[in-house]
Amino acid sequence: MAETEELVILPSAPKKAVTFDDEENVDATNTQEAAADEGDGLLDLKKKKKKSSAAVGSDGLLDLKKKKKKKVEAKAEDESTEDKKADGDAPSEEVAATSSEVQFDADELANGTGVWNSAATSDLTYPLLLSRFFTLLKSQHPDLTGDGRRNYKIPPPQVMREGNKKSIFANISDICKRMKRSDEHVTAFLFAELGTSGSVDGAKRLVIRGKFQQKQLENVLRRYILEYVTCRTCKSPDTDLKKGENRLFFVTCNSCGSRRSVAAIKTGFQATVGKRRRQKV
Amino acid sequence: MSIENLKVNDPFADDVGDTQPKNYVHIRIQQRNGRKTLTTVQGLSKDFSPKALLKAFKKEYACNGTVIIDPDMGEVIQLQGDHRTKVMDFLTDKDKSKMGKYALQKDHIKIHGF
Ligand SMILES: [Zn+2]
Repeated sequence: MAETEELVILPSAPKKAVTFDDEENVDATNTQEAAADEGDGLLDLKKKKKKSSAAVGSDGLLDLKKKKKKKVEAKAEDESTEDKKADGDAPSEEVAATSSEVQFDADELANGTGVWNSAATSDLTYPLLLSRFFTLLKSQHPDLTGDGRRNYKIPPPQVMREGNKKSIFANISDICKRMKRSDEHVTAFLFAELGTSGSVDGAKRLVIRGKFQQKQLENVLRRYILEYVTCRTCKSPDTDLKKGENRLFFVTCNSCGSRRSVAAIKTGFQATVGKRRRQKV
Repeated sequence: MSIENLKVNDPFADDVGDTQPKNYVHIRIQQRNGRKTLTTVQGLSKDFSPKALLKAFKKEYACNGTVIIDPDMGEVIQLQGDHRTKVMDFLTDKDKSKMGKYALQKDHIKIHGF
């Protein structure tokens, strides 16, 4: 858990934050939320955020928090207008301003008092109840919410073009550090998947032969994380990759202790591209 | 807000691991110059005639291609352009005009690339 938190801390990360969730999960979340969000604009907002998570600007993490807060606020029925005004430009201020309120509200929610009291007569809508359920679940059984994974954020790959034929993957070492994998392993995977080759330059950036866009590298990285980082049992990204006995590689989970073997990276068939003329001569 | 862990999952299901080489068919992409790409299909079982498949692919996707005999990887089908998903669909299609009863399972095919 502690490790997960470390991964989440983003301020040092270059601007955008990407949640490298696997697609199916995102889909599931989306549909789930879609089902739940009748008439609730706030949930909708959240959904939108998730879909475009690759593209959202500035403060991914803060953003998410803000939205969560806002949802809690919505329960507080009124008083939200003032906050909405503030929310565009000064998120931290807003958080500070409302935190006491939210705290109070959360207490009520957790203890089942106030509107939540079984004797209370006010109507509780489905979204309200749902949000209470998840708030309680989150506070009491954080490991059940799948939060550990959703919080697993790594900065998006920064990709630049060098000349016409090469791409530079600038923050590879940063990303590798976050995943706790060696640059070499990730590089090998990238090259094998992309069917290309490359080198590392002086600033530890990866120079890849061929034109690649950020989105494309992100896809490959996502697959890497699925295969070599996340724990299959508890989905935690806090794992170690070690060489076990008989030359096999194992991913050992630091939160649940499960261990699984992973395939070695194989390049497979590579067609000769563009070199043929030179070979003939 | 998904409750991932409440899904039923067999803790030993993946214990066999990926290390036991399933005989995957690998579909890869490679960049050539400019916007041009190559699709390669590697690891097809010996039951299939790569030449016949190639012929079908060429007709279906209106592209050129060739069968390369690689000393390590065996016979590899190489097509011009990115036809990865289409090749995947073809190989798993039980239709008589496609693979018929020889159709492959989706989890026996691995698509690589971006
Ligand atoms: Zn685990």
